[in-house]
Amino acid sequence: MKLYLLEFAKMGEALLMAVYAILSFCVFLYRTEKKRFPFYVVQIILMVVIQFLLFMQMMLKTDDMRYLFFFSFQAIVLIAAIIMHRMIYPDANLLIVNNMCLLIMISMAILTRLSGTSAIKQFIIVIASMIVALILPEAVRRLRILSEPWWIYAVIGILALGFVLILGRVVNGSSLNFQVMGVTFQPSEFVKIIFVFFAASALAKADNFAQIAGFSAIAALHILILVFSKDLGTALIFYTVFLMMLYVARERILYLVLGILAGGGAGIVAYRLFSHVRARVAAFIDPWSAIDGAGYQVTQSLFGISVGGPFGLGLYGGKPKAIPFVEQDFIFSAIAEELGIVFAVSVLLICLSTFFMMLWVAERTRNRFYRLLSAGFGVTYIFQVFLTVGGGVKFIPLTGVTLPLVSYGGTSVLSTILMFGVLQGGVLIRAQEHREAVERLTHREEPGYPDRSREEDYPEEADYPEDDAYRDDAYHRDSYEEREERRED
Amino acid sequence: MRKEKSEEKIKRVGRFRPPTPTQVIAAAFGVLFAAMIVYLCRYAYVNRQVMMSNSYNSRQKILLEQNTRGDILAASGEVLATTEKKEDGSEERVYPYGNLFSHAVGYSAKGMGGVEAAANYYLIRSDIPLSKKAELMDKGEKYPGNTVITTLDRNLQETAYQALSAYRGAIVVTDVRTGAILAMVSKPDFDPNEINALWPQLTADKEDSRLLNRVSQGLYPPGSTFKIVTALEYIRENPADYGKYSFNCSGSYTAEGLTIHCFHGESHGRVDFYTSLQKSCNSSFANIGMLLDRGAFAKTLKTLYFGEELPVDFPCGTSRTALSASSGASEVMQLSIGQGATSISPLHLNMITQSIASGGEMYKPYIIDRIVSADDKVLVSNEKEKLRRVMSAEEAQILTEMMTTVVNGGTARRLQGLSYQAAGKTGSAEYNSVEKTESHAWFTGFAPADDPQIAVTVIIEQAGSGGEYAVPMAKRVFDTYFEAED
Repeated sequence: MKLYLLEFAKMGEALLMAVYAILSFCVFLYRTEKKRFPFYVVQIILMVVIQFLLFMQMMLKTDDMRYLFFFSFQAIVLIAAIIMHRMIYPDANLLIVNNMCLLIMISMAILTRLSGTSAIKQFIIVIASMIVALILPEAVRRLRILSEPWWIYAVIGILALGFVLILGRVVNGSSLNFQVMGVTFQPSEFVKIIFVFFAASALAKADNFAQIAGFSAIAALHILILVFSKDLGTALIFYTVFLMMLYVARERILYLVLGILAGGGAGIVAYRLFSHVRARVAAFIDPWSAIDGAGYQVTQSLFGISVGGPFGLGLYGGKPKAIPFVEQDFIFSAIAEELGIVFAVSVLLICLSTFFMMLWVAERTRNRFYRLLSAGFGVTYIFQVFLTVGGGVKFIPLTGVTLPLVSYGGTSVLSTILMFGVLQGGVLIRAQEHREAVERLTHREEPGYPDRSREEDYPEEADYPEDDAYRDDAYHRDSYEEREERRED
Repeated sequence: MRKEKSEEKIKRVGRFRPPTPTQVIAAAFGVLFAAMIVYLCRYAYVNRQVMMSNSYNSRQKILLEQNTRGDILAASGEVLATTEKKEDGSEERVYPYGNLFSHAVGYSAKGMGGVEAAANYYLIRSDIPLSKKAELMDKGEKYPGNTVITTLDRNLQETAYQALSAYRGAIVVTDVRTGAILAMVSKPDFDPNEINALWPQLTADKEDSRLLNRVSQGLYPPGSTFKIVTALEYIRENPADYGKYSFNCSGSYTAEGLTIHCFHGESHGRVDFYTSLQKSCNSSFANIGMLLDRGAFAKTLKTLYFGEELPVDFPCGTSRTALSASSGASEVMQLSIGQGATSISPLHLNMITQSIASGGEMYKPYIIDRIVSADDKVLVSNEKEKLRRVMSAEEAQILTEMMTTVVNGGTARRLQGLSYQAAGKTGSAEYNSVEKTESHAWFTGFAPADDPQIAVTVIIEQAGSGGEYAVPMAKRVFDTYFEAED
């Protein structure tokens, strides 16, 4: 009986995860949150069932009823978070909220299995972050002044990174974090957010080449400090994020091409210069001949991924702890081992859909600052996912980056949740812009209106369904042509 | 005015709208993730067996805690390896035939070898239905692992094992119609039951290399057995008039400063193409070698898997030849008689023999016939698998005729006049290049010549001439096989 239940739970959670992942792409078929709502409801139900199956498995394997209690508590907290989001911010994007909660749930399940105490510690940080994240969207919407002080962001970012560099030197150059009241604190995680603010604020203003060059130099300074701190993984994230944001701001593919070429060149220089980069690359090309040394982590991770098969060995059925730093750097391999490839790939697809939604929001935001902010956070998020999973499956060399929301690490989960909160602020701005535009449109026929000088902001031809005008996004469909035209004028 | 302009523009551009930066970025990461997902699934699936058997993978233990390692059986059902439960509840791997199958079946401890290693992935798994597992779980018993049924014939293996007696060397017997390995003996050997106790001794001793499976991993100079390949190339280059070949042997042949002697300095007088092989005339083959196109010969060697890893599922040595279009005369002369920098594994020579026997097609040698779960559900089933056509049917036919003359009055005449007509080639490979005194005894051949069934390849280290030592051993194997047939 027990065996049947365990097998049922294993298959069930993998298949339900796949359904969830498919649903998170299906929502893109509809362009208003109202029409997407039924999908979201199904997702929330799936989420609870998956979480229940995960904890039921652990309960059956260990005969410990406390898992059930932990499950209920988590489910209540996360469902409450979703409902509160929905109630406080009717305009919030629920896909991002749902996906965030699901990833946190998976993180909780796998961390509970790997190390019970760290799971509880992590959950406390999650709750605190969620509370802050509930205030953030409104704060971001109100504080329009956030888009102005690019130099403040730059100063904070560079000072924080410089501080880590100098302090890191003092303590043997090995630790990039601090212990504050038992909680490990990694400043570079927060600097990531501030850096995106800096780039968005600066690039929103830049309108000539000299300015762009200047801002790029400031960004380069951030990256150089990181390189000197030997935190090359974070340096790579900063570089990619700035490059992508520059491309979004200037709309010139040339920037992207040149940037990728320059990045490749920098990679070659780093390879020549740093022995630890060479070691990582060697361990990537052939981890098997260095299985005792540099290749140990990757090979153990690969064992984990290959052993699970489609449905995994079940929680407590594998040996994910054989992978060093599994909770931080190789959580994806642990998921693949015990929950199976189907489940693990679904996790990746869910991350990808979250990213697509962030870009979708960016695409439809008119305010340059918020558009860049959303795109920047999107890239920060997905690029970290790519680096950590790609490193663990030997698709790219290891960089020692954590899987956002899923890996163990208080600072990482806090900063990611805050990032998502700020992003919801961007969503609110977009909704507001849209409402204002519809307002202007409906007043257009009235005498004394419109204000001719702002005509370019108006849609040329738009056919709005009466009842849905409030939320419909058709308004932004032609934004590209309009922007092109403005640039030509 | 403004509106007109924009309409005009829309017409000009048509329906195409260039992608926005966010769309480009989304597409780029979409493609990147798709590639990564395909890569990770493929890598995990393709390498799952190798990775499971890696000694650094502690996950094997999980399966061994759940399942009892499965049995390995001979083709006719004899148990070659099984797991027995001791009184104290611990398990022990038992090999009822001791040394007999030491290299073929292998051992499950100490990094594993043989079939134990090749099929480890299946042996430690249990593919019985869930209902059976639930039953066993309630009883608190382990699940039975899957059973591997090999292609090995206990009778032939025993004959080959006894024939080789105390010599160092190897014998491999395959079914030429499928590529199935019927017997695989390598000596010196060891008792796999004692592998843990023997291990320090086995690994310390570099002289005997008892762990080495000489059939697949041993690399020897092929000596005169290589003349089959030289002959094949000559036929290929002179399809119309190879029969007109003639050479006057005076016991040695000299070209460009290198002299090749016939075995024991014997002079064979006037020989034609057939009698050159029948008498294994070194001088004549050195002469044939000089007539060959070196580039074409190198190409033929490549199709025969020289210098290339053999496409088989167990560890193999890679045979080597030193030949390219720019090779000098001495290299070609040495190669033509299988000496010099030429080396081959007995298994590889057996594969070439098998291709001649089966009309030019080379089959993949395999030792695992099928793998079944404890309730007899077939999980893996191996069948004849064609690797490539290495020669035409005509070429195979001519070589068969030539190898038949070797048995009928040639160097393998100890196989003459039996109930079956064998075809083969002997070799006495000189292996000490400094003194050139001792030689490995080779024989490779198949029977019956007109309807081939099995191919036998024998190597005996440091024994002397192939005709004297290797042929009688092959004869015992053929005798056993055809007696059993009757």
